[in-house]
Parts: sequence; structure tokens; C-alpha cells
Amino acid sequence: MHLQARPTAVENYMVLEFPSQSANESLARVTVASFAAQLDPTLEQLTELKTAVSEAVTNAIIHGYGETEGTVRLECRLSAGSIEVVVTDEGNGIENVEEARQPLFTSRPELERSGMGITIMENFVDELVIESEPGKGTRVVMRKHIQVDGQKH
Amino acid sequence: MKITAQEKQGTLVVELQGELDHHAVETIRDDIDQELRRTHYAGLVMSFRNIDFMDSSALGLILGRYRTMSQHQGRMALCEVNPSLRKIFELSGILKILPLFDSEVQALQYVKEG
Repeated sequence: MHLQARPTAVENYMVLEFPSQSANESLARVTVASFAAQLDPTLEQLTELKTAVSEAVTNAIIHGYGETEGTVRLECRLSAGSIEVVVTDEGNGIENVEEARQPLFTSRPELERSGMGITIMENFVDELVIESEPGKGTRVVMRKHIQVDGQKH
Repeated sequence: MKITAQEKQGTLVVELQGELDHHAVETIRDDIDQELRRTHYAGLVMSFRNIDFMDSSALGLILGRYRTMSQHQGRMALCEVNPSLRKIFELSGILKILPLFDSEVQALQYVKEG
């Protein structure tokens, strides 16, 4: 999946940065949910969006930074009835993104990770792009369509 | 995040409450394991009645307890998953190894019959 450049101008955006502490996972979800409320999503759409955000932010905290602490950046943009969420860390990066995207794959089995985080993201948003460079960090871009031509999707 | 752990007919019933994310899971895992040791891994029912959000961290918690229970020949069941969480359970394939019941009574019945 590749995100195409859209001709539509961004109608609204927000940026949030926070330290990679697990207590901020709920902050990230609630913030995105409040922001997305402008598109009048259904409860199901909102739950899916919150879950995908939770997975991406948890990955940044556990896998991106691990035992070290760094900054997680959360950006949201609304345009044409869709929300785009970008989660960026400047942590470890992923050696092999294709491998990481396989269901049940986990690099941290000792932490009881299920290996389903990216699979859940893929299923709960319409577009998912993961860009990563070992030693530099990871950028996860998700887009979810909430309305189509003013109608609920 | 809050849990209520009760022993019912020899089986440990853990009722989870709140939002079950990575942060929450880290705070309750040891409590559940301690209760399991105390009840000698006789059986485990996990109730999701009061969970309105969960992500893959919860799947990790469930699978970890399933592994522990299997090692001790104890049975385990899940119950009362609300519709908005159902999709995660179905996606994960977890229901192929763990039974899910509509009510706690049914889940208890299943675990006891083991």
C-alpha cells in the first residue's frame, strides 16, 4: 500500500509530542479520538481508530525506544472526510519491515507481546505505511476514511 | 485499570475493568499470576464485561496466562466480550485455542468440567 498525494487541502491538523512512557498511550488515543470527532465518526470507526493509534504508539514506546526514553510525535490531519495519523519515533528502527508486518511476529516475546499489533492496524485503518531505518527511527502513517462525500463510510 | 479476583468453586475468576492497553497490562499481570499461584492453577476465567477498550497487549496477557495454565494442566476460558472488542479476538485467532462464553456461569461450568 502506498499513500497517494491528495489534491485536497488539509482542513485541520494537530501535533502532540510526549515522552515514551506507557502512561501516555491512553493520552494519545483519547487525543486522536477527540480530534476525529469533528468528522462525526461512528462508535465502531472511533474504536478502530483508537486501537490502531494505541498499537502504533505502543510500538514506538516498546520497540522504538525500549529501555531508553525518547520523544513520540503524533500528528493528525483531517481532509476530505478522512483522518491521517502519523506516529514517529527516533528510536531503534526496524531491520525488516516486511517481517515485522507478519502476523504473530514479535521481536520481544519475553515481554509477552502477541505479535498482532501491525495486523490489527492493517485491519482497522484503510491505508498503512511503515517507514523505518535501523538506528534512526520509525514513521507510521495511517489513513482512515470516515465520510465519503459527506456521507458516513 | 482495576481487577477483581475471586475464587468461585475452586476456579479463579478475574474481572477486568477499564482500558486494557500495554500500560494497564504491565500493572496487573503480576497480580493475576499471584492469584493463580494462590489458587494452585486450578482454573481461570477472564471476564471482559467491564472492558471497553483493549489492544494487542491484552492478547499478549491472555496468551501468557493460557501458557501458564497449560503448563499446570489447568483449564481456562474467556467470557463477556462486548461487540466492539469482538473483532480483535476474531482477528487474533485466539478463539481457536480458548473458548469464549456469553456468561461467566457458562465459562465457569466449562472450566470445572475439565
